[in-house]
Amino acid sequence: MFSLLLSRFGSALLVVLGVCTLVFLLIHLVPGDPVEAMLGESAQPADREELRAALGLDRPVSEQYLDYLGRLVRLDLGESFQDRRPVRSILGERLPATLELAAAALGLALVLALPLGVLAARHRGSRLDAGAMGLSLVGVSIPNFWLGPLLIMTFSLWLGWTPVSGREGLGSLVLPAITLGTGMAAILARMVRGSVLEVLGEDYVRTARAKGLSEGRVLWGHALRNAWLPILTLIGMQLGGLLGGAVITETVFAWPGVGSLLVEAIQSRDYPVVQACVLLVSLTYVLVNTLTDLVYTWVDPRIHWGSS
Amino acid sequence: MTGRAGWWPRGLGWMPPTAFLLLWIVVALVGPWLPLTPNAVDLPAILAGPGPGSLLGSDDLGRPVLDRLLVGARIAFLVGFGVVALSALVGVLVGGISAFAGGWVDLVLVRLIDVFLAFPGILLAIALAGILGPGIDNLIIALSVTGWVGYARLTRAQILALKERDHVTAARALGVGPGRILFRHLLPLALAPLIVEATFGIAGVVVAEAGLSFLGLGVQPPQASWGSMIRDGVSYMLVAPHLVIAPGVAIAWVVFSVNLLGDRLRDWLDVRHPG
Repeated sequence: MFSLLLSRFGSALLVVLGVCTLVFLLIHLVPGDPVEAMLGESAQPADREELRAALGLDRPVSEQYLDYLGRLVRLDLGESFQDRRPVRSILGERLPATLELAAAALGLALVLALPLGVLAARHRGSRLDAGAMGLSLVGVSIPNFWLGPLLIMTFSLWLGWTPVSGREGLGSLVLPAITLGTGMAAILARMVRGSVLEVLGEDYVRTARAKGLSEGRVLWGHALRNAWLPILTLIGMQLGGLLGGAVITETVFAWPGVGSLLVEAIQSRDYPVVQACVLLVSLTYVLVNTLTDLVYTWVDPRIHWGSS
Repeated sequence: MTGRAGWWPRGLGWMPPTAFLLLWIVVALVGPWLPLTPNAVDLPAILAGPGPGSLLGSDDLGRPVLDRLLVGARIAFLVGFGVVALSALVGVLVGGISAFAGGWVDLVLVRLIDVFLAFPGILLAIALAGILGPGIDNLIIALSVTGWVGYARLTRAQILALKERDHVTAARALGVGPGRILFRHLLPLALAPLIVEATFGIAGVVVAEAGLSFLGLGVQPPQASWGSMIRDGVSYMLVAPHLVIAPGVAIAWVVFSVNLLGDRLRDWLDVRHPG
């Protein structure tokens, strides 16, 4: 049992190290001089040298890398060029907004996708199935940087129901959550349909039907109970699209989260903040997927821990 | 679902998406020879709505939206097909070598694939495009660096499933070299799911390109891209909604057609899509 746990955590740790390394290399292996990009070509050589030394860019790459890892272990993410404050406290201010948006979007996606996917699978090949899958294909095809402005145009500018942008009260959460959630719902509905269809073909579903259970009991009691584990994994994987999409959605609505912070930091060439945002979001994603993976093996009685 | 009888499956289901995509590709290819004036500033026509003489109206500098839309079609096409071709090439090579070589080579490459998969969605491309700086070539690099992983994972899984087949053993016994086995005996059999993946990939890249351009990280002004057109149009949404609606419809329509075609292809080639 512990060997499985250990190997899962071991590979997750390797991925975490890889992610940290890639984020480090992102700045250092990219062609061009980050100092020049930050200061512009007209900068004085003395200023350049000063900034280079301040960033530690004058030292050998291996030394910088070890220093970077050492600081990461102490959760020191450096200091923002722009604000002259620790990046950690800036992230701390922005994180709640992103979590709120992600949770709302995920909730909306589940509320839409689960019934849609289950019903489409239940009535496979029917008009309902075709309609639901057509709808989900339309949903997948509408990018969030278009849906967002359209929603603002309709509900904020014409109808005046919601604030145009920013984060003030629950009203301002509605449009960003719809923008981000419907796209995820569209993808998720197709995957839920696939998972349920797979389960509906199993022997125990035939047995349940044969012993005279109602179709509803078969569907919700037998099929869905077995389909929700793969669905949980799918949700974990879809979280990546959600977190990536949050960057654009937050920018559209000026939602003060980590995503809009990333875009602001890119525009002001604030590299420590860029690095920290990418790290935070990616490591969250790795953590969630490792957890869903563990929950899967833990809950599914067919997987025996440590027996092999 | 359509059967495998005949190269062109029966049913009209293929016609609309195929026709629309052909139109897109033709517009993209002949674009440079069309009499387009995407950057011609016409001040009296600023923010003019659609009307006779200008089918989709004009933007905030009086430039014709239709002409810019057609030029944007070319950008979307170049980036879409360029990135998918580059990512698929690298991904197939890495995935094929990983599965075929096995041992520590496989171990290292799988870890590399895992690390790239750990970056959610478009995030790495946004950061990379931001650091590389704007421009179409940097856009293609950023999207390819993040795009190859899917093809690598898929190719690896396919080759692993295929490499113990009898015909491969026979080829090996006959003294066929590893490169030839990979390219002549394994990859052709793994092609169907890769084609489906690449088809969906084009839709994904078109959205990603527009998204990066929307963030100001892709195509730079005055050049037109569907994403930057939406970005510019957002400020004038109340007075000139056509500036946002027109490029959005173009993106959604292309992406919808590609996805529809991908769906049809998957059913037709009988591929079970992972995830």
